[in-house]
Amino acid sequence: MKWLVVGIMVAATTASEVLQAYGMRRHGEIRDFRPGALGRALSLMARNRYVIASVVSMAFSFFAMMKLLSVTELSFAVPVSAVTYVLETVLAKYVLKERVNRLRWAGAALVVCGVALVSL
Amino acid sequence: MSSEAARLRFKTWTCLPVVVLANASGDFFMKRGMPHSLHTPLEYIGALFQPWVALGVVLLIIWQLSRMALLSWADLSYVVPVTAVGYVVVALLARIFLDERITMARWAGIVLIVVGVSLVGGGTEPQTTQAVRGREAAR
Repeated sequence: MKWLVVGIMVAATTASEVLQAYGMRRHGEIRDFRPGALGRALSLMARNRYVIASVVSMAFSFFAMMKLLSVTELSFAVPVSAVTYVLETVLAKYVLKERVNRLRWAGAALVVCGVALVSL
Repeated sequence: MSSEAARLRFKTWTCLPVVVLANASGDFFMKRGMPHSLHTPLEYIGALFQPWVALGVVLLIIWQLSRMALLSWADLSYVVPVTAVGYVVVALLARIFLDERITMARWAGIVLIVVGVSLVGGGTEPQTTQAVRGREAAR
């Protein structure tokens, strides 16, 4: 049961973040930070199907995390959720086609270990 | 180093503190305001109107929007490790304001995160995917 919830939470979080990154990449760089322009960007984002899918996955991830916290402790839930960092980096390379060089791999690996230690 | 890369780096480092601080402070106020026992769905909805919880929600909305803005130009494989510095901010805030003790394991974790964040943030460019745009883009 515990590991099923972990699986759902990790999958939903990873999907949400990759979809968010992909949706925003399609939207293009936000350059104008005046309120009117931000409002227009927001209304475009609200109709961006990848952004919408990302918000739906985020909701799943949120409720899975709540469920996980009710069956385990914070000191288990937070380190285990650091797995998403590895999955997201892998997907960033193969799905989003980002150039993940050695420094990024090393950085992501250190961050995962660090997050696990901080939350234990 | 092109001026376009410098422009993106400047924009990234301006946006990053907003993302990290909105996330950390949002979580902090949510925890501070959340009642200890919530049972019915109505109680969950009611909790959203507690002032501290409402402030937390507003900050978390700012967090998500600023993160989306950041992702409109920066790589996911850059944003994810670098924003993990938030864990360090939370640990230090808890130490300063809540008098929580930081154990040796925690200090070790903080060091690892800081080194990891510096490797990605200091050693790689925020954007590796799109072709660098022309001069019209410069501000």
